[in-house]
Amino acid sequence: MTIQEIGRPRKRKEDAKLLTGRTQWTDNLARPGLLHVMFLRSPMAHARITRVDVSGARDLPGVVAAFSGQDLAAEQGSLPCAWPVTEDIVIPDHPPMAVSEVRYVGEAVACVIATDRYRAADALEAIDIEYEQLPAVLDMNEALAPDSPKVHESGNQAYSVKINSGDIEAAFRDAPVVVDRTYIQQRLIPSAMEPRAVLADTDGESFTLWSSTQIPHVLRVMLAVVTGIPEHRLRVIAPDVGGGFGSKLQVTAEEVLCLLLTRRLGRPVKWTESRSEGNLTVHHGRDQIQHVRLAADADGRIRGLRVSLLADMGAYLMLLTPGVPTLGGPMFNAIYKMDAYEFACTGVFTTKMPTDAYRGAGRPEATFGIERTIDELAAELGMDPVELRKRNWIRHEEFPYTTVSGLTYDSGNYEAATERAMSLFGYDKLRAEQVDRRDRGDPVQLGIGVSTYTEMCGLAPSRWLGEANFGAGGWEHASVRMLPTGKVEVITGSSPHGQGHVTSWSQIAADALGVPFDDITVLHGDTAVAHKGMDTYGSRSLVIGGMAVLKACDKVKEKARKLAAHALECSPDDLEFEAGAFKVRGTDSQKTIQELAFAAFTAHDLPEGMEPRLDSDVTFDPENYSFPHGTHLCAMEVDTETGMVKIRSYVAVDDIGKVINPLIVEGQLHGGIAQGIAQALYEEAVYDADGNLLTTTMADYLLPSAADLPSFVLDRTESPATSNPLGVKGVGEAGTIASTPAVVNAIVDALRPLGVRDVQMPCSPERVWRALQAARQGTREGAGR
Amino acid sequence: MIPAPFDYVRPDSLAEACQALAADEEAKVLAGGQSLMPLLRLRLAYPSRLVDIGRLPELKGVHDRGDHVFIGAMATHDEVMRSHVVNADCPLIALATATVADPAIRHRGTFGGSLAHADPAGDLPAVVLALEGVFVTRSEQGEREIPAAEFFVDYLESALRTAEVLVGVKIPKLGPGWGFHYEKFRRTAQAWAIVGVAAAVRRANGSIAEARIGLSNMGPTPVRAHAAEAGLRDAELGDQVRQACEQAAADTSPSSDLHAQADYRRHLARVLTHRAVRAAAGSP
Repeated sequence: MTIQEIGRPRKRKEDAKLLTGRTQWTDNLARPGLLHVMFLRSPMAHARITRVDVSGARDLPGVVAAFSGQDLAAEQGSLPCAWPVTEDIVIPDHPPMAVSEVRYVGEAVACVIATDRYRAADALEAIDIEYEQLPAVLDMNEALAPDSPKVHESGNQAYSVKINSGDIEAAFRDAPVVVDRTYIQQRLIPSAMEPRAVLADTDGESFTLWSSTQIPHVLRVMLAVVTGIPEHRLRVIAPDVGGGFGSKLQVTAEEVLCLLLTRRLGRPVKWTESRSEGNLTVHHGRDQIQHVRLAADADGRIRGLRVSLLADMGAYLMLLTPGVPTLGGPMFNAIYKMDAYEFACTGVFTTKMPTDAYRGAGRPEATFGIERTIDELAAELGMDPVELRKRNWIRHEEFPYTTVSGLTYDSGNYEAATERAMSLFGYDKLRAEQVDRRDRGDPVQLGIGVSTYTEMCGLAPSRWLGEANFGAGGWEHASVRMLPTGKVEVITGSSPHGQGHVTSWSQIAADALGVPFDDITVLHGDTAVAHKGMDTYGSRSLVIGGMAVLKACDKVKEKARKLAAHALECSPDDLEFEAGAFKVRGTDSQKTIQELAFAAFTAHDLPEGMEPRLDSDVTFDPENYSFPHGTHLCAMEVDTETGMVKIRSYVAVDDIGKVINPLIVEGQLHGGIAQGIAQALYEEAVYDADGNLLTTTMADYLLPSAADLPSFVLDRTESPATSNPLGVKGVGEAGTIASTPAVVNAIVDALRPLGVRDVQMPCSPERVWRALQAARQGTREGAGR
Repeated sequence: MIPAPFDYVRPDSLAEACQALAADEEAKVLAGGQSLMPLLRLRLAYPSRLVDIGRLPELKGVHDRGDHVFIGAMATHDEVMRSHVVNADCPLIALATATVADPAIRHRGTFGGSLAHADPAGDLPAVVLALEGVFVTRSEQGEREIPAAEFFVDYLESALRTAEVLVGVKIPKLGPGWGFHYEKFRRTAQAWAIVGVAAAVRRANGSIAEARIGLSNMGPTPVRAHAAEAGLRDAELGDQVRQACEQAAADTSPSSDLHAQADYRRHLARVLTHRAVRAAAGSP
């Protein structure tokens, strides 16, 4: 009797080595004759480079070489953008090292290669470089004005898209209620625990690149195109990778430059960023101005939604930069039914670090925009925010449901998740306490924030990605190899960097093949080992990569069945598979899958035409996105004297379909919720009026730790996805997408009776206090009129 | 994040340390390294030589010296906050030290190091100022005693001379009847104080007889809230105390930075002083 592995809270196979420090981080790797590169970075937001002299650095002890952008100009190519969202999008040239002009603080302008990092760092100070300052472009609205200085000669607009569904004019015409709000999605800096690191080496003909990346497979293709190194002579390895959150879903300047330097010098070259360097040059996230208008009937029924975004691209379009805000396009309408919908987005160039995917990528922004506005509409109508949602959401019996933006949600049950969340939260009791505190004029007010989110995961059917001009497919690959001794190697094209693939994939394969969990190993992250793959981002790993593993196991099993039938001299149809063995129905006669693996290895007696070995090589391409959803509730205490906020309780009930490993799911939700709270309360990349990044260290870029967060109360409801046989939906981003609006809604809910209608993120105590001051003054002025 | 080159010496005696410092004008003292190392790594400081005072016996430990407590400059934050002597005779120091950064830093960072660094956002400068500690220093010219009110000169600048080592600080015992509180306002657990208020309050006959209030991060140096202290003399708990605390930001010059604007800091100083004084007075 085998134990079902799927659904078990297995501790992770990955953790022993992580916890004991026996981990292959890129920075831990060494090669004989290793050199170290460090980059000189622009201190100017926008400037012409008038002179670079690296000779002073070249003369220093231990320095092997030093180069300017000009030195590499002929061979460095342009960093790729793989998502041209419109026909007429402007994709400016993006040299990995600036040649004639710099467009953000931190852009690499020169480099030193030395025998150790210390010497390289010292030599950077000997580089002589002169700039002629050009005007910085920092504000998106100003950037679009006709007389604005230009980031690129082509102008400051990268693209503009608009999608329309239903008669939006009619929905807003004569609408009894229209809520009109503008929100700032502040710029964030992804802060993976492991900084980026790159190591490149060559044997004179072939190249190997180790990188702390989420996307070894995509990277290999892109680097071959950018550098001209033939793809078959380039191997990319993502060793152990310590987090990414989208920041390592990129083709970085440093990856290209390390390869070029190795090619030039014929020696291995390594670069590891410092945290401050990372804050400047890891691609940033979010950064939108959202204009959201919601039209409703007097009873709260939503008529239409109009969304208009300005999205800060930063100085260049990197791998997915333009597409990220457009991922919100089909998502602002969220779980709600409505007559009409309009989405417009303009991508704007500024002289800042480019933005790109950051945990949730477009969907947290959309969820924030709609969930904040739903709470505002409820306030406008004097209605409970949960009641308003009930009147508008898709009822569970209506699935599958095609939304106003054209997606078909396959499954879900918003009623069940919300009911469970309210019960765990003690919703009515907290509302009663809120009334009591208001009545008493308590200096500490209580607010309740609601977020009933959904998201789309499992990007995506390859055909749909093609229609969206996305530069890659949406499939994933898996191989399963039964070894002669009956052990199993699973090879996945998905590239984990903290998600626990090795554990979850082992659980899937253990159930499918009937072999012990501990008899399975999972290989990944090396293009020479996992020869095909589409890598890890967008909560796609389990929904697509996990499905590929299941499909690969099924294929192995089919071959094993034929071999078993041959050995047992029966028809394959007479066999039943149970507990890892094929049994002839109604007899004791059987062959275990391990016996069959050995028989397939010796190949002494195979059926006519069967090849040796039990293995398979498959890809899986999904037929739809998956749509996790859930209800998050946040109770917030707000000190009206200081503006300090404190989360009193946080309840999350998520419906992510079937669960492979509940421990991993909880980990994803804890981290995800923390990251969403961090946007709501703490994180913000701040540039000054000259375009200098002020938040270059963790003293200024605030990240919460466990000490700043409450214990989250988690539960799940389960509406299995119908678009894949595992019934899974993905959970990598759910917490981040859901939590930000729940937190801000709670703060505004606490202060609404005092006249506060919004607090800009991050809701620092000072911002809360100033919102209160402004509201109090507004009230006084109003009373005086 | 790699420091520029520097020499490193680790003397075994205080005399040797003074000699090493006197021999090189660009030398800097290395104590626990929790403030200096980040400056070095960011290349904001370029000392030619670091004189590591980690092995000097004269600088270690916490000692009961009758009318005062002597805290050695190299006593770690963790040692100080757990010291029975500190908790018995100057508990305000233990209360404030427990809010410094996180356990890892408290095991490395030192009492003397964070005072000599003279960061007004640090917690201990305002506390030692309120407790009217006396700084004991040593150089080749001999020993000096500097009252706390004269020690903090400007932003990151103390009265310590270039070739002088901070040996420790004398904290006068305040005797019975005093209550203490450190009110620290910060955005995350490990962050510096946006504003911090160190309050020592003596109660008599149900009112406040006297109070000493030190403010963190309300100017280029830690400051005493003299106007509030004056108002609190013989103040009744309630409105009188509240009104006195309204003066907490008088004569302060807080900066505006990423974490708070000056007017907000002044507002916080008033609110937090009121809270700190009430807590120190044992009044809910």
